[in-house]
Amino acid sequence: MKIYVPLDSAARALGADQVAQVIAAEARNRGLTVQIIRNGSRGMIWLEPLVEVDLGQGRQAYGPVSPADVPALLDGKLSSLGPVEEIPFFARQTRLTFARCGVIDPLDLTAYQAHGGLAGLHRAIGMGSAQIVQEVADSGLRGRGGAGFPTGIKWKTVAEAQAAQKYIVCNADEGDSGTFADRMIIEGDPFSLIEGMAIAGIGVGATRGYVYLRSEYPVAIDILNRAVQIARENGLLGPQVLGSGHAFDIEVRVGAGAYVCGEETSLLNSLEGKRGVVRAKPPLPALEGFLGRPTVVNNVISLATVPVIFEKGAAHYADFGLGRSRGTVTLQIAGNVRHGGLFETAFGATLDQVVNQIGGGTASGRPVKAVQVGGPLGAYIPVEQFDTPLGYEELDQKGGLIGHAGLVVFDDSADMLRMARFAMEFCAVESCGKCTPCRIGAVRGVETIDRIAQGDPGAIELLTDLCDTMRDGSLCALGGFTPYPVMSALRHFPDDFATQKEAAE
Amino acid sequence: MHANAPAPAPDEIRALVAPLTALEGPLLPMLHALQREYGFVPQDAVPVLADLLNLGRAEVHGVISFYHDFRDAPAGRHVLKICRAEACQAMGCDAVAETALQRLGVDWHGTTRDGAVTVEPVYCLGLCACGPAAMLDGQVIGRVDRDRMGQLLDEVGA
Ligand SMILES: Cc1cc2nc3c(=O)[nH]c(=O)nc-3n(C[C@H](O)[C@H](O)[C@H](O)COP(=O)(O)O)c2cc1C
Ligand code: SF4
Ligand code: FES
Repeated sequence: MKIYVPLDSAARALGADQVAQVIAAEARNRGLTVQIIRNGSRGMIWLEPLVEVDLGQGRQAYGPVSPADVPALLDGKLSSLGPVEEIPFFARQTRLTFARCGVIDPLDLTAYQAHGGLAGLHRAIGMGSAQIVQEVADSGLRGRGGAGFPTGIKWKTVAEAQAAQKYIVCNADEGDSGTFADRMIIEGDPFSLIEGMAIAGIGVGATRGYVYLRSEYPVAIDILNRAVQIARENGLLGPQVLGSGHAFDIEVRVGAGAYVCGEETSLLNSLEGKRGVVRAKPPLPALEGFLGRPTVVNNVISLATVPVIFEKGAAHYADFGLGRSRGTVTLQIAGNVRHGGLFETAFGATLDQVVNQIGGGTASGRPVKAVQVGGPLGAYIPVEQFDTPLGYEELDQKGGLIGHAGLVVFDDSADMLRMARFAMEFCAVESCGKCTPCRIGAVRGVETIDRIAQGDPGAIELLTDLCDTMRDGSLCALGGFTPYPVMSALRHFPDDFATQKEAAE
Repeated sequence: MHANAPAPAPDEIRALVAPLTALEGPLLPMLHALQREYGFVPQDAVPVLADLLNLGRAEVHGVISFYHDFRDAPAGRHVLKICRAEACQAMGCDAVAETALQRLGVDWHGTTRDGAVTVEPVYCLGLCACGPAAMLDGQVIGRVDRDRMGQLLDEVGA
């Protein structure tokens, strides 16, 4: 019998390691031969640890499983959720990027290939550089790290740049609250990222790749390092990628706890061993990036999506989506939500569908008050705007952004003045210090919101002015977009900014 | 490293980081190696790193101070990181953190008088669908309500 117990951080945070230990011990006591496979997460975090048992007739899911449930599990007496594929939250998804995540042992390269892995890379090797770049352009893939820039155009710029050395840099800094897709794919299917980076390298003529992975993710760091080692031993990385004439290798670098290092130019400075200060653009990293050389900087999900585009073809990928948002979006449903987790679907679902139908409303059972979309720089969207479809342009029109596609749900006990204050506080803590509107403005923002809380009637206008200054005068989106959560909180939830004032009157 | 262990000698520091010199952009890997070995980045490392990498001491110091991760003194025997970011706030992390800080009698970044625990804020651990989240000595923990926090503090003898 085979038993799958996830090794994903979220599953571990909910006790998966203990469950795996007890299964091994119980099985030994009973003289059962059990093969325990540590897979990635299927993404239904409220069911973690989600254990799957295969008695030879397909995998049956159980969850959440506690160590105390193990005897019943082994006796076949625990009630099952059925096959994962039939759980509604899972059945409604379109899994392209995450097709293998949670299905296989993340470090089993043979299983990876058996589930479609390396088909994309083999196909890319048979194509020329220009064709590879064109395929990515045709897929309509846009950067999943936040800015939504077309990946094909970025690759074309690097491909056409002349230089002795070019680089592929994977942005795995994933600092946004409410996001964990990068972590999940690295922990659950790291070869997809490695394969995507190799295709990028061959496409643009880069032989070296770096993954800048945040230090807050020790499990992901460990798994990715092991995966890179296995990839080298099997000729997937090295002087001749899969026996082709192309060289490509990857090194994993660990961040040091600075949110701003997710911004690509700050990241490059950090990778070079400098302070993570944002660089002015131009020059674009595509032309003068790591060590001044042409560099593709892409998010984990952007790169990990590349293999499936090459495996199934650009047209297949581009068939999904809405308007100029092609393919699938890997939504991360988080915060105060009943069914939180990773939900991969074609662009275009509305917030109401995601929060209320898929997410099942709040975990607390209280009414939903707002959802923050796109991380700490994203707007708070009130329930009245829940008909907004999830797409780059569609959210932009609502004064929001899709960002890295994290959604954080709040119930009616949330105090939006407090959330606005936190946004300013976070910006003050994480500012790289290069420009005044951000460095000083964020500190003033906290003070101004405190004045509003104390009932100062003039402070609201001051806050609005301050936000205008930050938005117009900041070099990067940390200072430039912090006004979005602040002003959306103020605009949509004026009562939260008035209570103290009234009390004082 | 124990709080009153002798400071590492410059030779020892050099031997630890010198093998990393060939990396492209070696400074962060070096700082991580030092912190892994000693539990913090010793002051005496600054001139060694400056010399090895042909940088000014102020420049090296500037890099160390930029990043939240690097300490200039040893932490307590246990390090407890509590997530303060939005998704965990939506699940009530503020109250959990307050209880912990109060019981320990420290503020953020503080270490208890007996050196048992250092408490640090962290902005997201990628456990946003099972918050409030925390990390104790590198181990992740989800759904940390006040009771669970109390257990964790009991475990570390605080
Ligand atoms: C303050 C700030 C933080 C960012 N953090 C991240 C991050 O953690 N991960 C990421 O991929 N992109 C992040 N970005 C966006 C990057 O600058 C860049 O657009 C992205 O890495 C490009 O890759 P993509 O085109 O594949 O999205 C951040 C941007 C800003 C301004
Ligand atoms: S907006 Fe803030 S983080 Fe961005 S460059 Fe300016 S000071 Fe640095
Ligand atoms: S917000 Fe706390 S783990 Fe992400």
